[in-house]
Amino acid sequence: MKILVPLKRVPDPELKTKIKDGAIDLSGASWVVNPFDEYAVETALRLLENGDAGTREGGEVVVVTIGPSEAAQQVRSALAMGADRAIRVDAEDKAIDALTVVAVLQAIVAEEKPDLILMGKQAVDGDANQVGQMLAGKLGLPQATFAASIELAEDKASVLVGREVDAGVEYKRIPLPGLVTVDLRIVSPTAVKNHVTPDAFAYGDGPRYASLKGIMAAKKKPLADKTLADYGVTASPVIAEKGVELPPARPPGQKVDDIPTLVQKLVEEAKAL
Amino acid sequence: MGNVLAFCEFGGSTLKSSALSNLTFAREAAAAHGGDVVAVLIGAGAGAAGADAARYAKQVVVVDDAALEHYLAETYAPILARLAGEHGASVVTATATTTGKDLIPRAAALLDAGMASDVSKLASATTFVRPILAGNAASTIEVSTPIIATTIRQTEFAAAEPLGAAGEVVTAAAGELDALGATVERIESSKSDRPELTDAKVVVSGGRGMKTGENFKVLEELADLLGAAMGASRAATDAGMVPADWQVGQTGKIVAPELYFAVAISGAIQHLAGMKGSKTIVAINKDPEAPIFQVADYGVVTTWEKALPELIEEIKKVKASR
Ligand SMILES: Cc1cc2nc3c(=O)[nH]c(=O)nc-3n(C[C@H](O)[C@H](O)[C@H](O)COP(=O)(O)OP(=O)(O)OC[C@H]3O[C@@H](n4cnc5c(N)ncnc54)[C@H](O)[C@@H]3O)c2cc1C
Ligand SMILES: Nc1ncnc2c1ncn2[C@@H]1O[C@H](COP(=O)(O)O)[C@@H](O)[C@H]1O
Repeated sequence: MKILVPLKRVPDPELKTKIKDGAIDLSGASWVVNPFDEYAVETALRLLENGDAGTREGGEVVVVTIGPSEAAQQVRSALAMGADRAIRVDAEDKAIDALTVVAVLQAIVAEEKPDLILMGKQAVDGDANQVGQMLAGKLGLPQATFAASIELAEDKASVLVGREVDAGVEYKRIPLPGLVTVDLRIVSPTAVKNHVTPDAFAYGDGPRYASLKGIMAAKKKPLADKTLADYGVTASPVIAEKGVELPPARPPGQKVDDIPTLVQKLVEEAKAL
Repeated sequence: MGNVLAFCEFGGSTLKSSALSNLTFAREAAAAHGGDVVAVLIGAGAGAAGADAARYAKQVVVVDDAALEHYLAETYAPILARLAGEHGASVVTATATTTGKDLIPRAAALLDAGMASDVSKLASATTFVRPILAGNAASTIEVSTPIIATTIRQTEFAAAEPLGAAGEVVTAAAGELDALGATVERIESSKSDRPELTDAKVVVSGGRGMKTGENFKVLEELADLLGAAMGASRAATDAGMVPADWQVGQTGKIVAPELYFAVAISGAIQHLAGMKGSKTIVAINKDPEAPIFQVADYGVVTTWEKALPELIEEIKKVKASR
C-alpha cells in the first residue's frame, strides 16, 4: 500500500506574530512541519506497521512539499520519523496559492498512483482548510475530512473514518484510492487500526519523535528536487494578499479579589448577568 | 453582475442559525456584485424548509431527493457546482461549519474557483478579510477568478432579518448521483438539551485543571443556571474528560457569546483563537501568570474548587432578587 502525504512548513505557531510593511514578518521565523501534517505522517506510519512488534509490513510513505529549498529540512524530519521517500517541488511561498498546490499534487498523484492520500486538515499559517477537499474534487476521489480515527479494512480496499463534525462523530467509509484529512485526535493512542497492530495496543499520545537512528537513516533516503515546470504547472496565483493587520487588542481587563465582587461587576458594569 | 449562491443548512422546517449569518454575508456580496441572493437547500426533506428560506432570500432552490439522506461532499458538491452555473453565480458561499468547510472547497475545485475561507468581512466585491495564524492576524485577500468560493465565520455576521416579501421557491432535480463509493455508516451525536455552542449567549468552558470529567458536573451546574452551552479546551477533550465536540479554539468551534467563562484554562493561543471575540470574558485560574488573564475582562486568581460553589450561590442570589 502506498500512502502520499503532502506536507507544508509553517512558521512556529508558538512564536509571536509580527507585521512589517503590510505583511507577516518572517525574517526571524523558525519553521516547523505543519502540526496536522506531522499527524498525517504519524497516521500513515501507524497504518502500515505492527505497532506492538515495532515492525513495518511493507508499504511506502511518500512525502511531498511545495516550497523553497529551506523546506527540505521539514521534509527530512518526516523521513526521520519513518517516511520512505520525499519530493520537493521548488516554489517561493509567495508564488503559490491553494489551486497551484492542488495542480502540482494532482500531477504527482497521477504519477505516483497512491492508494491513500493522507494530509493535514489545515495549514496553521493560513488556516485555509481547502487543499485536501479541492484535490479530492479535482481527482474525482472520495474524501473523508477531519479524521479523528481511521480503520483500514482487512481487505485494504476501504477505510472507515471517524470524522469530527459539529454534531458529534460521523463514521464515513470511503473506498481506496481515496483522500483523508486528519484532525488532532488522530494521534491519540488507539485512533488508528489496521488489523495488524493488535486492537488492544495503545500508542503513546501524539506523533513519534525521530530517533537518532531515524535521523541518520533520513540523510540517505531519496529526496527528489523538482520544479513546477516538471509537472506542467506555472504559478499564476488567483489569490493575492493585499495587506495584513494585527487584530484589535482587547482593552485591558482587571483582576477582581473575590467571587462576590466578580458577580457584582458582571451585573453592574458588564451587564452580562 | 452576478448572483450569490448561498448554501443553507436547515433542521426540519427551518433554517439553522448558521444559514442566517451566511445570508447576511450573501446579501452584502450580492449588493457588491449587482445580483441577487439565491438560497440553496440540498438534502432529503429540504422541501420542508423552503418556505422558511423564502422569508430571507428572493430566490430559493430546493434539491430534495431521498437519495440525499446523508450529507456527502461527493454528491453535494457537483449539485452545488451545477446550480452555480445555472444561476449565474459569481459567488458561492456557506458558513464555515464542518459541513461548509467540507463541501465548499470541493465545489470550488469543480468550478475552478479561488476560495476565501472563514471570511470575517467583505471588503469589496472581490476582497475579503479573514483571520490567519490562529487569529493572530487579519489578512485581506483579493480573489481573481470569475467565480469566487467563500466560507464565512458565523460569529462575524449577524442573523439576517426577514425580507418584506417572501421570495420564490423552485425545485431542482438532484440529477445523477455518484457518491464514489462513500457511505455514512453511523453518526454518534452527543445530544444535549443545552443550546448549541456556536449559538449560545453564555458559554462555560473548562480546561485541564478540572482534572476529571466528574469534576465538570459543577461547571455544568453553572451552565444550566445560566442557560449556557458547555465548552472545553483541547487538553480537556483530549484527556477524554468531555466530548470532543465541546472543544473551543483554532481547530475546534469558534464562539463569540455575550459571556464566556474560562475555568482552569491557561489560555494558549489556539484556545484564544476560538473565544477572543466574546463580549465579556471571565477567567478563573489559580495561576496569576496564566495568559488567559491577558484577554479576560474579569479575572479571579483562585482554584475552581473554591470559586465555583460560591459563584453558583452568588448567581442564584442575583436571580432570586429579580
Ligand atoms: C495544531 C494545534 C491546534 C490546537 N487547537 C486547539 C484548540 O482548538 N483549542 C484548544 O483549547 N487548544 C488547542 N490546542 C492546544 C493548546 O495549545 C493547549 O495545549 C490547550 O489549549 C491547553 O489546554 P488547557 O488550558 O486546558 O491546559 P493547560 O495549559 O494545562 O492549563 C491548565 C490550567 O489550569 C489551571 N489550574 C490547574 N488546577 C487548577 C485549579 N484547581 N483551579 C483553577 N485553575 C487550575 C492551571 O493554572 C493552568 O493554567 C492546539 C494545539 C495545536 C498544536
Ligand atoms: N505548499 C504545500 N505543499 C504541500 N502540501 C501542502 C502545501 N500547502 C498545503 N498543503 C497540504 O494541504 C493541507 C491543507 O492546507 P490548507 O488548505 O492550506 O489549510 C495541509 O495540511 C497540507 O497537507
